[in-house]
Amino acid sequence: MKRSIIDIWVGTFVAVGFGGLLFLALKVGNLASFSTAETYQVQAKFANIGGLKVRAPIKSAGVVVGRVSNVTFDNESYEALVTFNVDAQYRFPRDTSAKILTSGLLGEQYVGLEAGGDGVMLKQGDRLRLTQSAVVLENLISQFLFNKAAEGKDSKDGK
Amino acid sequence: MLAGLRQGLADLGSGATAKLLRLGFAARFFVAILLHSGTAFRRFGLTIREIYFAGVLSMVIILVSGLFVGMVLGLQGFETLQRYGSGDALGVLVALSLVRELGPVIAGLLFASRAGSAITAEIGLMKATEQIAAMEMMAVDPIARVVAPRFWAGVISMPLLAALFSALGIFGGYLVGVKLIGVDEGAFWSQMQASVDVRNDILNGVIKSLVFGVAVTWIAVFEGYDAPPTAEGVSGATTRTVVTSSLAILALDFVLTALMFTGGNAK
Repeated sequence: MKRSIIDIWVGTFVAVGFGGLLFLALKVGNLASFSTAETYQVQAKFANIGGLKVRAPIKSAGVVVGRVSNVTFDNESYEALVTFNVDAQYRFPRDTSAKILTSGLLGEQYVGLEAGGDGVMLKQGDRLRLTQSAVVLENLISQFLFNKAAEGKDSKDGK
Repeated sequence: MLAGLRQGLADLGSGATAKLLRLGFAARFFVAILLHSGTAFRRFGLTIREIYFAGVLSMVIILVSGLFVGMVLGLQGFETLQRYGSGDALGVLVALSLVRELGPVIAGLLFASRAGSAITAEIGLMKATEQIAAMEMMAVDPIARVVAPRFWAGVISMPLLAALFSALGIFGGYLVGVKLIGVDEGAFWSQMQASVDVRNDILNGVIKSLVFGVAVTWIAVFEGYDAPPTAEGVSGATTRTVVTSSLAILALDFVLTALMFTGGNAK
């Protein structure tokens, strides 16, 4: 076969191969959303973060506005210190509250932000005061069982 | 009785020594390829010709199998996910299993049987017909002229083929899942994009395919170069290439998966 035809085929092969890689990176891995857009960092302390992981989404009104960048344990307050980056185009009041929520019944956990009414906006390095921990299923069940047991006792005593 | 035992031990010893010698020769051969790779890059036309044979001609089988593997994953995955009411997660299942495992591994196995065997047969026949000896007579280094271009062509082709396999597989899963079964298109792509990580999943898949490319072509060129110069020898070498490289791919895949994905997911 002629040299130039081989060159063309190999060129096509390499181009298509890189096209496949690009498709995987952009369409499947969503590299495009790893935007290098400006973000500002906000921290929040939680008594219990449940299964929250680094890179979990930060959502407000269901829209992804940022990502968790770091989770550490605070030695002084014995709480979890969650650091997250919020996209600079989204502004929140200073008294915004953060909750750890679960998407679906068994889905992944994310941080939900609920805007407050303060006129001053959050800025780089601020800490959210109002937080609500993750719901731990075991605690919920044991609470429910204790309540039930207490009720049973009350009704017996009433007789 | 005692003589039989002695004979058995001696056979075992000589067998083990022969295997070790061959392994050592293969390792030295690998170093020799790397040292003589200059020509493969200086006269890149040689390598391009081999990329044509190893990569371009393997494209059809890779594309078609990728599409079918993806479509089967779509059907089977949906069947199982549906039971747990999470048919929407089909995109995640198809994409993760293809990008992490099936893409590199199946593309590697196909590459070993399609291109690896051809490389072995070609080099083995060149040796049997004394073309390699003739090159040495003309002071042309056969490793630089024949082996290194084939080796690099395989190493370059393999990641591209694996990427194509995964891409086509995801497209096949999309066809079956979204177009045929009727999973929501938005959920299919968005859940996939939310759970596939570029560095953890895609880059590790590419690294895997690169490692498989090195292993398969190394085995192929070595078996060809080491083949006894007879018709029987070449046919045996071709078989060994396919068997050894398939086993190597599966074993390496286990090791790589253990290294890449167990630590990363625990965090």
